[in-house]
Amino acid sequence: MEEQKEHLQALSDIRSMMERSSRFISLSGLSGVFAGIFALIGAYLAYVRIGSYSDRYAIMTRLDVTETIIYLFLVAAGVLVASLIVGVLLTMRNSKKRGIKTWDNTAKRLLINLIIPLGTGGLFCLMLIYHGYIEMVGPATLIFYGLALLNASKYTLNDIRYLGICEIVLGLLSSFYTGYGLLFWASGFGILHIVYGSVMYFKYERD
Amino acid sequence: MKNYIQQLNKAFENRIRLGIMSILMVNDRVEFSALKEMLDITDGNLASHISALEKLEYIEVQKQFIGKKPNTTYLVTRVGKKAFNEHLDALEKLLKQRD
Repeated sequence: MEEQKEHLQALSDIRSMMERSSRFISLSGLSGVFAGIFALIGAYLAYVRIGSYSDRYAIMTRLDVTETIIYLFLVAAGVLVASLIVGVLLTMRNSKKRGIKTWDNTAKRLLINLIIPLGTGGLFCLMLIYHGYIEMVGPATLIFYGLALLNASKYTLNDIRYLGICEIVLGLLSSFYTGYGLLFWASGFGILHIVYGSVMYFKYERD
Repeated sequence: MKNYIQQLNKAFENRIRLGIMSILMVNDRVEFSALKEMLDITDGNLASHISALEKLEYIEVQKQFIGKKPNTTYLVTRVGKKAFNEHLDALEKLLKQRD
């Protein structure tokens, strides 16, 4: 009996060492919830602008289009920066609670694997704007974000993988139903983040 | 039953050695300081276990200079991978047998 306990202990040691050394596990679920809320606020701000435009002006002047794009760009950047700051702070708190370093090899690896597809997507979206395919920007952000999550999931909690797949599906759907871009965008970055963040919070952080 | 116990590798009986191998199995290469931090042990203790595994040719040491700083990384060898997997299989079989 004693011996069996020993073997079980050895197996669980191996497992935890493998996990801890190769995956970044301090990712905070709460930061997902906050990112979702920020995205919904951003989507609302965008809706106020675009919604009012399509109602009142059937034909936009060139200047208005540029202004609207800049406005949307600033809103998106604001959402991103706010989410990143809260995410980093909550994740740091999380790893402190677990007594592990936030910035280690696993964090570096996670970040690199997230940034490559995400950066590609960002540049690609700028190209879409440059060439005037504005309605494709929303779907492209969802798809590239989904692919980035899918790629990064190998280096952090596996749940991220399913979030990534959901984002990709939403992105593809919204590239077909282009009229509902903002709705899909709000679902993908807002609702999905809140749902996933809550699930992860209750699964890993509440104790 | 005895058969499986014999298949367990004596080299991995020690928890620290088991830890070193587990970490190296899932990482391409790991620095001394990172190993030390993850296992939470002293320099001397870690060095002695590393040299034991090195003697068995289960792990390989690579010394480099990054600028002027010496940088030592460790990786698991093919022999080490095989030995570790066999050890895991034996552990699993032992546990299954007694369920």
